[in-house]
Formats: sequence, structure tokens, C-alpha cells
Amino acid sequence: MEIFLQQIVNGLVQGSVYALVALGYTMVYGILGLINFAHGEVVMIGAMLALSSLTAMLGWGVPPLLAVLLSMVLAMLGCMVLGYSIERIAYRPLRHAPRLAPLITAIGVSIVLQNLAMMIWGREYHSFPQLIANNTHTVGGAIINDIQIIIFILALAIMAGLMVVVHRTRLGRAMRAVAEDQHAAQLMGVDINRVISITFMLGSAMAAIAGVMVSANYGLAHYYMGFLLGLKAFTAAVLGGIGNLRGAMLGGLLLGLIESLGAGYIGDITGGFLGSNYQDVFAFFVLITVLVFRPSGLLGERIAERA
Amino acid sequence: MTGTGALLQFTSIGKQFGGLSALSDVSLHIQRGEIYGLIGPNGAGKTTLFNVLTGLYQPSVGEFRFNGTRYQAGKPHVLAQAGIARTFQNIRLFANLTALENVMIGRHVRTRAGVFGALLRNRVTRNEEQAIAERARELLHYVGIDKPAQTLAKHLSYGEQRRLEIARALATDPLLLALDEPAAGMNATETESLKTLLQIIRSSGITVLLIEHDVKLIMGLCDRVAVLDYGRKIAEGVPERVRNDPAVIAAYLGGEDE
Repeated sequence: MEIFLQQIVNGLVQGSVYALVALGYTMVYGILGLINFAHGEVVMIGAMLALSSLTAMLGWGVPPLLAVLLSMVLAMLGCMVLGYSIERIAYRPLRHAPRLAPLITAIGVSIVLQNLAMMIWGREYHSFPQLIANNTHTVGGAIINDIQIIIFILALAIMAGLMVVVHRTRLGRAMRAVAEDQHAAQLMGVDINRVISITFMLGSAMAAIAGVMVSANYGLAHYYMGFLLGLKAFTAAVLGGIGNLRGAMLGGLLLGLIESLGAGYIGDITGGFLGSNYQDVFAFFVLITVLVFRPSGLLGERIAERA
Repeated sequence: MTGTGALLQFTSIGKQFGGLSALSDVSLHIQRGEIYGLIGPNGAGKTTLFNVLTGLYQPSVGEFRFNGTRYQAGKPHVLAQAGIARTFQNIRLFANLTALENVMIGRHVRTRAGVFGALLRNRVTRNEEQAIAERARELLHYVGIDKPAQTLAKHLSYGEQRRLEIARALATDPLLLALDEPAAGMNATETESLKTLLQIIRSSGITVLLIEHDVKLIMGLCDRVAVLDYGRKIAEGVPERVRNDPAVIAAYLGGEDE
């Protein structure tokens, strides 16, 4: 029972990070019908930017808590610029090209960013400084620490904020309109390029926060950390129904739980044949299952062919 | 801005798709406050002309002047800003947005709140949002949609969807309302109430440009009519004269027993 509760806690925390990243995939897909495979690298760049700025600020004697907040803001701003540039350089020129073309540039951007990060930050694992007193609490036998609590609450707050922006504001309305019919939206005076840029920037800001969360939680950052995380978040988006915001949140949390429970019990189920190091198998098992049996995802509608 | 005179002037507009000439040398002008009809057989270039007018297509040659400004290749959102609004032949509402939200989108061009407004939700933004919703409700009422405003657009009846498109277009505060076959698929009663609605819209000072197949509607409603055939303007004038124009009869009305 304790293991079960512990895995639920771990799963929810990890899942909330997946959800934040999955939202970035799903927002872009909803508007452009494009899978931004470079999104995982934006998460990584966010973590790296936060790491560097944090280290620098601590060196200048900035108080730790302020340094954490500032470095997060810097990471977000940096990633927003990055997200904007990715769209401008790699996707906008191919807006009317066959769908395969932007998929290939997406992979290209992903490789470029990874290598760029490797050149700047090196191949080694960086330890992410532990600045906040990280107390642990025991809830019904499960252990949860402060950082995990902050991650979970912050992620929920950001998701709630995003829902308000999308469903209650002029900007959100424009985003939904562009997602449904770009031409008609333009005729209502919506500047679709602007809306698309803002979408990329919002998604990237969330990716930056997710990057900081992952690094803070595991205490590590690495130039390759975005790849697997990106694929898993993409899986979460597909699981929930890509293009659907609620789906991305649900898919993220579910995937986190599946992974964590799977890792916790795989040893018992297979009689010790497979260990918890097979954790990553579950995400892709889920991806394949969803694609075979319910390609539109849990909350997704059947997607009509685009004109 | 002048009170009277031409609101819209097309000068030698041509549009080619590959080797196919969809429009050639079309010149016409629409006066402020009139209802101007555009008719012609299928494939005559009517919708192409609409798409040029609203910036969805760039003309291959020629230019047009709207409300005193010249446009050669306008961007749709800029032309919306300038005061051109349209509806589509095949309805293009935002199906998964509510009726109210569809009209609220139309206010986009006349309102400002951006990213910061969305994130901060300050008083100015909230007031603007309230004003947008209020105006949208008025417009729903104006075009005669009495279903709840929160109904998804895709759950409205066909006639209501047509009206909702008009409400959405009106929400942009247009000087020119361009309607692409608004009566298509409507029954006689619906067509009659559409006619009344268009007359009300015109009397509110909005110029109306109408593409229509329903000749009776065109003849009963329009002040002037132009006829397109194979991408060329073959006649223009008051409905009565156009109706009796031999070229028009040959091209278009000839098929019907008039």
C-alpha cells in the first residue's frame, strides 16, 4: 500500500510536468496541424538557461530565493524568444508546404539545438543547485518533499491560468478561431501570424518552467534531457487527444501515473525478470496502444480532413 | 471620408490560376449606401472577385480602391480593419465556438486587448470584454437568433447559421458587407426574412454587396446589378435594364423561361 501511494505521488508530480510540456505540443498542433518536434529541446534549453543564470547570480551574491525566481523568469523569456524564432525560421516559410516538410525541419531544429547546447554547456551532467530547504513530509506512508509540492501546485496553477486565457479572453478566442478556420479568422481582423507567434511563445514559456521543474526535482540538467521528455510529453498529448488542451493535461497526469505505477510493480509482475529501469517502456507502450486502438485519444474528436 | 460617391472601385482587375483566367479586366464601382448585386452562371468568377476583395487572393493585375485607399494586394485582417466584411457561400463559422463567441470574434478587429491584457486581466480588459459580449448579444438579437447564446455554432439550424455569419460580419463594424449567396439552401420564408434583414442593414447605413443565384431576390432587392460571365463583366445597371440585356439573356437568364 505504501508503495502504491508513493508511486501515485511520484506519478502525479512527474505527470504534471508532462502535462505542461504536452500543452505546448497540443497548442501548436491545434493551430497549425504541425507537430513541433523541437519542443522537447526548448524544455532542455529552459533548464540550461535557468542553471547558468542561477549559477551566475549566486556568484554575484543574489539572495537564493530571488535568484531562483529571476532565473526562472530569464529561462521563460529566453525560451519565448527561442520558440518565436523556431516558428519564424523553420515553420513559417513552410506554412503552405506539404506536411512532411515542416516535420523534417522540426527534427532538424531539434538536432541543431541539442548540438548547440552540447557546445555551450558540454556533454556532462550538471547538478542543479539545491537552494530551497527541501523538507520531506510523510502522507499516509508516502514521502513527498517541498519541491514536489511546489511543482505540482505551480503546474496546476499554470494550467488553470492557461484555460482562463484560452476560454475567457480576446486572445484565447482568437487562438481558437485560428485553430478552426484561419481564413475566416483573418477576415474577422485576426492577425494569424501574431496569434501563431504568441502560441509558440506561450508554449515555450511553459516548456521553460517544465525544464526548471525537472532539473530541480532530479537535481540534474543535461543537454540530452529534452529528447526523452519531449517524446513522452508528445505521447501524453496523443493519449489525451492531440489538439485538445484538457486532453493534454489529462494525458500528462495519466502518463505520469502509468509510468510510475508500472515502474513500481513491473518487478513483482514479471517475477523480477524486468526491473524499474524499464520505466520508459510504458510511455511508448501507451503511445502504440493509443495509436492502434484510439488514434484520436481519450478526449479527442475525430479530426475532419483539413481543406 | 466622403459622405457620398463610390465606396468601392475596381479597376481592371484580373486574376489567373495557372493558364485559366478567372477574372479579366473587371471594373466596377459600388456607391455608398446601395445594395449591389453580382450575378452570373456558375464559374463566372463571382467568388473569385470576393476573394480578391477580401484579400484571400491577390489579383494578378489591377487594383481596387476602398473608402479612399488603394489596395493592390491587401491582407485580410487589414481589409477587415478598413471596413470590409463578408460571409461565405459554404458557411464557415467557428463550429466549436458558441454562437456568442462567433460574434465576439467579429469584434476582434475593433478591440485591442493583447497578451498583457489576457495575462493581467486588468480593469480595462475586463470592461472591454464586457462591452464585446454585450455588443455580440445585441447583434444576435438583431439578426434574429433567439437560441441561447451559449449554443455551439454547429448546433444551430442551417438558416440560423447563415444569420450568425451575418452577425459575425456585422460585428466588425463594416462599411461594406459582402454576402456570398446568403439565400443558398433557404426556403421561401427564410429568403423573405433575409430580404427584410438586408433592407434593415442597408437602412442602417451599411453598403451591401450581394452574390446570388436567386434572381428574384436580386431583382427585388438590388439598386444596381452587374453580370459576370467567364470572368468578364458583360452588363451593369438597374435590375430592369440588366434583365432585358440581350447579352445577359444569352449568357445566363436564357436558360430560364423568362
